[in-house]
Amino acid sequence: MELKRVVVTGIGALTPLGNTKDEYWDSLAKGVSGAAPITRFDTEKFRTKFACEVKGFEPTDFLDRKEARKMDPNTQYGMVTGEEAIKDSGMDLDSVDKSRIGVIWGSGIGGFSTFQDEMINFAKGDGTPRFNPFFVPKMIADITPGLLSIKYGFMGPNFATVSACASSNNAITDAYAYIQLGKANAILTGGSEAGVIESGIGGFNAMKALSERNDSPETASRPYDKDRDGFVLGEGAGAIMLEELEHAKARGAKIYAEVLGSGMSADAYHITQPHPEGTGIELVMRNALEDAGLTADKIDYLNTHGTSTPLGDAGEIKAAQRVFGGNAEKMNISSTKSMTGHLLGAAGAVEFIACLMALEKGIVPPTINHFTDDPEIDPNLNLTFNEAQEREVNIAMSNTFGFGGHNTSIIIGKYTG
Amino acid sequence: MSEIAQKVTSIIIDKLGVEESEVTPEASFTNDLGADSLDTVELIMEFEKEFNISIPDDQAENIATVGHAISYLEENVK
Repeated sequence: MELKRVVVTGIGALTPLGNTKDEYWDSLAKGVSGAAPITRFDTEKFRTKFACEVKGFEPTDFLDRKEARKMDPNTQYGMVTGEEAIKDSGMDLDSVDKSRIGVIWGSGIGGFSTFQDEMINFAKGDGTPRFNPFFVPKMIADITPGLLSIKYGFMGPNFATVSACASSNNAITDAYAYIQLGKANAILTGGSEAGVIESGIGGFNAMKALSERNDSPETASRPYDKDRDGFVLGEGAGAIMLEELEHAKARGAKIYAEVLGSGMSADAYHITQPHPEGTGIELVMRNALEDAGLTADKIDYLNTHGTSTPLGDAGEIKAAQRVFGGNAEKMNISSTKSMTGHLLGAAGAVEFIACLMALEKGIVPPTINHFTDDPEIDPNLNLTFNEAQEREVNIAMSNTFGFGGHNTSIIIGKYTG
Repeated sequence: MSEIAQKVTSIIIDKLGVEESEVTPEASFTNDLGADSLDTVELIMEFEKEFNISIPDDQAENIATVGHAISYLEENVK
């Protein structure tokens, strides 16, 4: 059976750097930090007091009040980016066969604040269960793809992927595979996360996973810097319309890029710590290259997982050097989490969109906040420190890894006919 | 309009996102005001919270219109 070719025809983004794809791309190119003191709750008793929040977002600008009230912010973010991607794709929803369009969406946690609010409410009572009837449907991670299908009438494959911070790369990978296999003509994919709440900051603080650089939030996310001290929690969503090539051509769609391959692997090692030798990470990049039928010298840009944690960053770079050999020093490498923070289940989607910018604009987004070289990181690598670099990027790879040891890697390239 | 009727009306406007003019005594939550089964459960819970009473399930099932809700509450709220 011949696999279909899969292209990107629509993009939507709601990020700490900007609330549309264009604003996000502009900020990435400028090297802006999305971090600032947390506005959502009183952080006095929290070790970390800052995050990369979405700014100036009013759900009722996009959704009617009744609709918005029944959605967790995680789902609101998904609905807004989903709409942007559908509009950007130029798809005429009255003429396409909607039984052949799916939605596959990632979220690491789901409706985190809905869960938190209901538990607080229950704990304040006398033990009588008085849960809101929307509690469960608001909370569950798969409600975002469900609601997107309800809103737009997409009756193709529909589900959520959950693999912590790899969730939306898994969603994109599944969407790619199902279109390749002919199970849908197009799939709206991506992911969302809304974890900048007490439980999110407190929970990750308890793991000592977050940066505590409270005196300088905007320089706290500093992947590959010697003084990195943990990740900065982010939130938001990214949406991507993936489409079967002939379907896209038949309707004259703008094609941003082609998905060339994807890889998956597991560390099979520890719930949260990366494997010290990075064997699972090495494997996932090799799997993606093999799936794409590409040799390692063909990759121009690697968007790393690079969360700004001491162990994770160094391990990924060493694994990349084993995979890419001599090309490791020629390619651009960057971690856009230096700007966006870590969007957990939405990270893969927004980083995929950062790679699309590199292809579309010939601009490699930087790893900002580089102050001090880390002796663990080879200085001969081009980690695109502090400023974006102009470069013709034909093929890019995007890595994301999740707690549980889930590894994903996706390769996209310019569509060349 | 009684105080109870006013509060009931504003809860319905808030939860169902409808206009005040639609909230007539004979309006059915499901047939006229666009409520689904979860909305009606939420409405009953909001009435319980607002008026600090407990509405048994078998009686809640009979509250299908704005008028039913107001008359039930006027009879049962102390």
